[in-house]
Amino acid sequence: MENIKVILEKCTGCKLCVKACLFNAIEMVDKKAVIKDNCNLCGACVEACKSQAIQISKKSAESRLSGRGSEEKDLSAYKGVWVFAEQREGKVIPVTYELLGEGRKLASLLQEELSAILLGDKLDGVPSELIACGADKVYFASDPLLSHYRNEFYTKVIVDMISQYKPEIFLIGATTTGRSLAPRIAARIKTGLTADCTGLDIDTEKKILLQTRPAFGGNIMATIISPNHRPQMATVRPRVMKRCAKQDSRNGEVINVKPQLSGEGALTEILKVIKVEEKVVDLQEADIIVSGGRGLGRAENFSIIRELAEVLGGAVGASRATVDAGWIPSYHQVGQTGKTVGPKLYIACGISGAVQHLVGMQNSETIVAINKDPNAPIFNVATYGIVGDLFEIVPLLTKKLKINGVRS
Amino acid sequence: MDIIVCIKQVPDTASLHTLKINPKTNTLMRDTAPAIINPFDENAIEEGIRLKEKYAGEVTVLSMGPPQVEKALRDALAMGADNAILLSDRSFAGADTLATSYTLAEAIKKIGKFDLILFGKQAIDGDTAQVGPGVAECLGLPQITYVRKIEIENGKLRAERTLEDSFELVEAELPAVITVTKEINTPRYPSLKGIMKSKKAQITIWSLKEMSIDSDRVGLEGSSTQVIRIFTPEMRSKGEILQGTSEDVVDTLINKLRERKVL
Repeated sequence: MENIKVILEKCTGCKLCVKACLFNAIEMVDKKAVIKDNCNLCGACVEACKSQAIQISKKSAESRLSGRGSEEKDLSAYKGVWVFAEQREGKVIPVTYELLGEGRKLASLLQEELSAILLGDKLDGVPSELIACGADKVYFASDPLLSHYRNEFYTKVIVDMISQYKPEIFLIGATTTGRSLAPRIAARIKTGLTADCTGLDIDTEKKILLQTRPAFGGNIMATIISPNHRPQMATVRPRVMKRCAKQDSRNGEVINVKPQLSGEGALTEILKVIKVEEKVVDLQEADIIVSGGRGLGRAENFSIIRELAEVLGGAVGASRATVDAGWIPSYHQVGQTGKTVGPKLYIACGISGAVQHLVGMQNSETIVAINKDPNAPIFNVATYGIVGDLFEIVPLLTKKLKINGVRS
Repeated sequence: MDIIVCIKQVPDTASLHTLKINPKTNTLMRDTAPAIINPFDENAIEEGIRLKEKYAGEVTVLSMGPPQVEKALRDALAMGADNAILLSDRSFAGADTLATSYTLAEAIKKIGKFDLILFGKQAIDGDTAQVGPGVAECLGLPQITYVRKIEIENGKLRAERTLEDSFELVEAELPAVITVTKEINTPRYPSLKGIMKSKKAQITIWSLKEMSIDSDRVGLEGSSTQVIRIFTPEMRSKGEILQGTSEDVVDTLINKLRERKVL
């Protein structure tokens, strides 16, 4: 491997790197670490090594500095923090306000402006709402073709805005829309994009965005930078960042952008939108979630989870195992590949607590775990744990809440 | 109908049931995680084979990675894919989603003939969901993400796209790029005949040289993002285990939740 090397004099043969490698790509030969060809250059070993004996480097980094990379842009021309103000059916979705809160923090650290990017049709009043919630400027593109997210139109309009106004940082909510739109924009303008961030900060010395996100099913966290490309783009996980307080007296500027669109540029056509009929599916907005896991044994037993959720006025969640088994549709799934939730109360019934589940619910204020296995990892994050048979405990809890009322 | 399915070999992170941390170094202690086909990609392979069975044509599985990825491609052949191509070169290592999208898209151009490109909605190791849209952009094709149902009618594709609280019925001209969710199908088990055939099958391997592409745009060199730090996430602290009979613990729990004003 050209980009990774072990400095033999520094390697003590301690094998920490071997243990840290998720790809089995390091072996010990004569008590020295040797990197195999299947190395993915993920950097876990560099971090694990106590002797700084492993280095990852880019050969082009130096040649770029020496002026070879003539295609490099003038990075200093890029200023300000942008957030994508996602709207659905004319209503701004909650993650937008979280992005404004976080964007405000980053803009202050950089001493630059915070702008919201709004695309849609007939959105009177929305720009001023975005200003009240933290934006200094709103770039507003209004066109009937933008009323509903369509990838080709949204990409074109935003790419045009980026080339004209040159933001330094661009944040997008990690929703189904954001995660489809952001990679398309990033690939078109050939910039870096970090997915589903849960932490953002500024390296104030280098003035670059530090983007932290879970990887490997939440088993590790990685901090990622995009030092040589602008804008620095990230999608941000909903329900993680804090909103900033709304101030109706805040001043800001609305810049009307004229989108250059024609219906002939359409690659896709949305024929219809079907609402999910079940009313309790919006897990990310729920204050109380009752979740069921493999311990339920079969699909029918989700009824006891539904009954408790109903008494509490909460939503029904599910572990990955139950979704995989086909016991419940995937939009109930909580976890790394499902939804990230942060309710006031999360009740986990018969869920053992694999890491990929824990990362999706550990921001809940209070967690109750009911499981028959006293060693289940879910108890490590539970505020209150009950070791017992869920088929006895859960119906009993439902019954008592029904008889005595939920509130005291 | 010729279909290309892009797949990734991943460590089976979901099988890591407990997080073990080395207390001295604060690094992750790994149970050996077996290498598997990314689960969402299995759904993509299955969908490709089903469409082939319905409309005739060939399914080509495409992956990028070290030589070990041959195993994943053989598993896909055993399920019923017709051809397998592995993009393998030391210079491809360390690619971020931008460099990966470019490399896969160049390979797809080299394959040349296709009507549909399928991906799983995301890989369970990186969880980015960025490569499908990235490839669609590099090829200038329509994309439909998070798809749970595909139908082809008069050369047009109709897909049901899953959103947070609704579904969209989207239509696109072929060729198109689709990323699929788990609900789209249940992947089949390989038949014995399929397994025997896959063992003897020829896997095409393309290196940087064979693809004649820009070496500055692949692997670590072609990546715009850099990982600067890897660490173990902080888990919240352990609370209390309620003791007593079922009656007792349920009463205690209700009282405690009321005290905390959760109820």
